Amino acid sequence: MNPMMTAMRELSGMDDLANMDSFLHRRHPLTKLLVTLVYIAAIISVPGNQLSVLIPLLFIPAILYTIAGIPVGLCFYRLRYILPLLAAVGIWNPLLDRRPVFALGGVAVTAGMISFVTLMLKGILTLLMSFLLMATTTIDAICYAFRLLHVPEILVTQFMITYRYIALMLREAGTMTDAYRLRAPGQRGIHISAWGSFLGSLLLRSMDRADALYGSMRLRGFTGTFRYARTREADRQDVFYAAAVIAAILFLRCFPLSQMIGHIVTGR
Amino acid sequence: MHMADALLAPAVAATMYVASGTAAGVSVKKLKLDDDTKKLPVMGVMAALVFAGQMINYTIPGTGSSGHLCGGMMLSALLGPYAGFLSMIVVLAIQCLFFADGGLMALGANVWNMAFYGCFVGYFLIYRPIMKAKWGSTRTRLIAASVLGCVLTLQLGAFSVCVETAASGITELPFGAFLALMQPIHLAIGLVEGLITSAVLAFVYESRPELLQVVGEGETAAGRLSRRGVVIVLACAALLVGGFLSHFASGNPDGLEWALFGNQESGYSANMGLDEEEFGVASAVADTAGSVQEKTSFLPDYAFASDSENPAGTTVSGIVGSAIVALAAIGVCMAGGFFRRRRVQTQ
Repeated sequence: MNPMMTAMRELSGMDDLANMDSFLHRRHPLTKLLVTLVYIAAIISVPGNQLSVLIPLLFIPAILYTIAGIPVGLCFYRLRYILPLLAAVGIWNPLLDRRPVFALGGVAVTAGMISFVTLMLKGILTLLMSFLLMATTTIDAICYAFRLLHVPEILVTQFMITYRYIALMLREAGTMTDAYRLRAPGQRGIHISAWGSFLGSLLLRSMDRADALYGSMRLRGFTGTFRYARTREADRQDVFYAAAVIAAILFLRCFPLSQMIGHIVTGR
Repeated sequence: MHMADALLAPAVAATMYVASGTAAGVSVKKLKLDDDTKKLPVMGVMAALVFAGQMINYTIPGTGSSGHLCGGMMLSALLGPYAGFLSMIVVLAIQCLFFADGGLMALGANVWNMAFYGCFVGYFLIYRPIMKAKWGSTRTRLIAASVLGCVLTLQLGAFSVCVETAASGITELPFGAFLALMQPIHLAIGLVEGLITSAVLAFVYESRPELLQVVGEGETAAGRLSRRGVVIVLACAALLVGGFLSHFASGNPDGLEWALFGNQESGYSANMGLDEEEFGVASAVADTAGSVQEKTSFLPDYAFASDSENPAGTTVSGIVGSAIVALAAIGVCMAGGFFRRRRVQTQ
């Protein structure tokens, strides 16, 4: 399967997840966005070697995924983008910082190893919460939250148009790629002689499509502003949800839970 | 080059959001002044095209590997720098939100690294001067502008990634070594991207030249932001970030110190059993290194040397640092003619 079709499947999969129904799906989009940002800020504020502070913060996504009924496995496929990058940056830490911190079964664990694991875990945790936001919130609701945050109208409208046209463009580019591949078996990508004409011809068609789109939007009364079908005020449950989760995040971030438990268990 | 959230410290992420947000604000203002609702669907469809176009593999002759399109320069050439920048923001936001390619908190940094340089620096410093020049054919200048623009902007983007990661204290890799790894890789990537961009733009130029942005079009006096306005916005952003956010810089000993020597005041014993007298900050070697550092550093530990107990020192350092960066940014803009007074084109 070509990458465009994979991307289309991922997009429609996210749409299906966002249209499910749960306590988390029903929350106001702004509260979900706020909780996600606070959680990510808490994660990235953890210093590089404090793995013990990071681990209790796993509780938050674990509980929220359960409430939302989202299978966590779907999220891990998306790690393919960020984990190699994090590994490329973090792999130098165990190589350059070899000072032992403690011994584990006769093997010295170095400060570099801890900072490497901390970095990878940070990447996984931040992705878990970003994925949860998009898996429980529809595109319309996200755009509505952006508008409440005073993100300029032009940017939000363009976000919606682009999102709607991505599926179409992916299908066209995918069909073209398949057709090219069938005519050039054994060739790994687009040959240099077709670099311009391949994407260029799709670009010209897209420009014509944009003209047609503008015409149809004008006929429907478009004046540069989209109207959102579902807009609502935050209710008590939304406020309670945001307050409870943010309080839990701050508690787990500031209170040395791991060390407390360690003291209790080891007596030291 | 998409940065993940985990690679950034909160202060760096916030700084990059302010910088990218300022550039986005300027772009929105420029487009509003144009008052052309037709641009919206064109921008949306072009952004979707770039998104799909980034997934196409282009075979690099003689290597067996393939290259990809990034799109910032192409969007600027087709839509102009402001609309191109907003379109790239949307592409990066969708990649981040729906495909986990780049982080939500790192979006500001990614917009700066991949969209700002491509759409503004590449357009104003490379594309526009070359396209305005009189040498060669339009096609030749289009190819030269695309290749040079992509190479330069990717180099700047890679440099920013190194600076942001180093400022966040994420990697033990020395800054120079990190640069030496990143810059050559992105030189090759930029060259390939430039060739792909030039091939597409040359195809568009030969098929429908009217689709390419006419250099100088839309740059009217009414649509221009005043130099004073831009400087005030930049100064406010710099003061906000440097002055306010640096209060949150931690004054606690760093994690490595804790790991090596423990922190008796907090009740932790020496973790590694190292003798702080011999290996710690008070050792003879550390004293010698410290005296050298004191003589060479402008703002040691981001605070004034004479008043290291005063927390205001951190704030002052933040403001001074932000002011230096803001001045450098204004210098680059002035060198590129960003503020140059342009003649209103009259027929």
